[in-house]
Amino acid sequence: MQPNSRDFVARARKSLGEEGLQEALARFRTGFTVKRTEAVARLPEFEALRDEAVEIKTHTIDHLDFYLERFADKVEQSGGKVHWCVTPQEARRMVLDICRAVNAKTVTKSKSMIGEEIALNPFLEENGIEPIETDLGEYIIQLAGEYPSHIIAPAVHKTKDQVSDLFFERHREHGATKRLEEVDELVDEARAMLRQRFIAADVGITGANFLVAETGTTAIVTNEGNGDLTQILPRVHIVVATLEKVIPTLEDMSTILRLLARSATGQEFSAYTTLSTGPRRSSDLDGPEQFHVILLDNGRSDILNSEFREALRCIKCGACMNHCPVYGSIGGHAYGWVYPGPIGAVLTPHLVGLEEAHHLPNASTFCGRCEAVCPMRIPLPSLMRRWREREFEARLQSSRYRIGLALWSWFARHPTFYRMMSGMARVALGVFGGRKGFIHNLPFDRGWTATRDMPAPEGGSFHGRWRRR
Amino acid sequence: MSVADGRARIIGSLRQGLGRGELSAERKAELVTRLDAPRRNLVPARGDKSQDARVALFTEMAEAVQASVNRVSGITDVPGALADYLAENNLPSDIVMAPDETLDVYPWTERPLLNIRRDKAVDADQVSVTAAEMGFSETGTLMLTSDAARPSTLNFLPENHIVILRAGQITGGYEEGWRHLRERGDGDFMPRTVNMITGPSRTGDIEQTIQLGAHGPRRLHIIIVED
Repeated sequence: MQPNSRDFVARARKSLGEEGLQEALARFRTGFTVKRTEAVARLPEFEALRDEAVEIKTHTIDHLDFYLERFADKVEQSGGKVHWCVTPQEARRMVLDICRAVNAKTVTKSKSMIGEEIALNPFLEENGIEPIETDLGEYIIQLAGEYPSHIIAPAVHKTKDQVSDLFFERHREHGATKRLEEVDELVDEARAMLRQRFIAADVGITGANFLVAETGTTAIVTNEGNGDLTQILPRVHIVVATLEKVIPTLEDMSTILRLLARSATGQEFSAYTTLSTGPRRSSDLDGPEQFHVILLDNGRSDILNSEFREALRCIKCGACMNHCPVYGSIGGHAYGWVYPGPIGAVLTPHLVGLEEAHHLPNASTFCGRCEAVCPMRIPLPSLMRRWREREFEARLQSSRYRIGLALWSWFARHPTFYRMMSGMARVALGVFGGRKGFIHNLPFDRGWTATRDMPAPEGGSFHGRWRRR
Repeated sequence: MSVADGRARIIGSLRQGLGRGELSAERKAELVTRLDAPRRNLVPARGDKSQDARVALFTEMAEAVQASVNRVSGITDVPGALADYLAENNLPSDIVMAPDETLDVYPWTERPLLNIRRDKAVDADQVSVTAAEMGFSETGTLMLTSDAARPSTLNFLPENHIVILRAGQITGGYEEGWRHLRERGDGDFMPRTVNMITGPSRTGDIEQTIQLGAHGPRRLHIIIVED
């Protein structure tokens, strides 16, 4: 999709004032995080599993060429086809060619972030093929003409009322007459609307959570069962995945599976983990006749060749965004591209360019929660800091910001002047604070005092107290 | 662009990214061994119990995710347990059952009111019956595999899915499932589809409110048969 990260600051500000979004985010902030904490507490081995998972994934990435070739050979041996694509254009083209070869009119899709990354839906539409998103969250945002705001909960920014309005408006043409208000009614209506689409689809497209090199197996992890209906009913199943999804063995996959659902939603295990190996066998009664895997690079080999390599361990669980105070305040759309939150702040500058995405690594207080909960122990704050350094080197910030930073840096390296300046500031702020010790209106920083008072400094400086200790 | 080109280009840039050429023959042989004789990583102690305790844990975990579980004492009790479940839930007695010979041991004809079709599922089917290949007590997860007699549409299209599982098929962790599949087949041992199923279909996509029966079965009922 077209990146829109340049306007991050304006979009973030707008998000803070959106009522529906803020209502949805208030609910979101305590949902997944509490469930994750409980799930982790129930599994004493959780931390040890994280260590092993990091080891497995690091080993895999260090031998990515070997494991991908082995995976591809195994897929071909089981009767599937592997298509190696360097760019999103090549991947989209390949999907279209496969669809055209079977005269496909409609395509069902199970949620895939790579599908978003390569903007598959608009491309298929332009070429006369109708893509139908089947994950409930994806279905909601497809109806609304939006894009996901979260990698595992794409419609987390919508309230139930907004979904009610949307379904009422868009399902009318299919014979629905009532504005439904309860979650179960809404889910049932979506189920009914999509059932015939599943059955009529010519091609089903899924992503992959894992590509198992040992057996040439692709695996998806879902809760709704839409991924399974997407892949077993149509004649053709296309898997779209990026290179770093490969994993050596079924045992290695099991280790990471134990972390995935717990980190993502706090579930012990997702409802459906489905492993697919090749097309239907000759005597099978169902399953797809063709099985295609599109292996997409789209910048992953560049990440391999950078100081951001550790980001390739990401298993796309979303824990970092679930726990990020910045994401929790502004939601995912403000980030302006496919991957929001801390992992998005690390990946997006790589995938769409630093000039477009340079604000994102600054959208962090470096509180460290993302790194603390990342099942793959990706050092997200350090990686964001590296982007900030590159941003400074590339002179992408405003001159006011750069001058401020340069001044700070000079004072930090000259302690005598630093103490002199901070002493003066302390006295000045004390005067501003008056008798009550609170500043209502701070010159140079009205953003702070517009919504709250700033306490004036009291007593001496830390340095002064340390000396007198 | 030909297929070979894409592969060569990507493998080339990966090696460039890794700062090395093709792996040495020795290193490759080590990695092939890692793949062909997979070693187990840490398996949580949770499932490491006596067989009885495993069945109890499996039941507890499956019920925690809204599956229903019924433990019967022998194969002759299965048709009755199925008929009772259908009656209790006001479900039709027209059922579609996998043409799986492991399901032939149950005396279905003793329940003549059960109208059983042995086939894959179609949209109109409301109740399906399948046999599981294994149960993992760690998370109350069923493993179902596909083959000519076990079509995977049965696991997803009908609103009510009933799975028959022998108590002896309940093990600890998922690794037992991979061991079983490797021993069962030789060489290319993976079935076309392996479904690991933990509770009925669900979604939390509207305000994180869990709702069962998103696209797959609304109900998952497990009949555990004592050996």
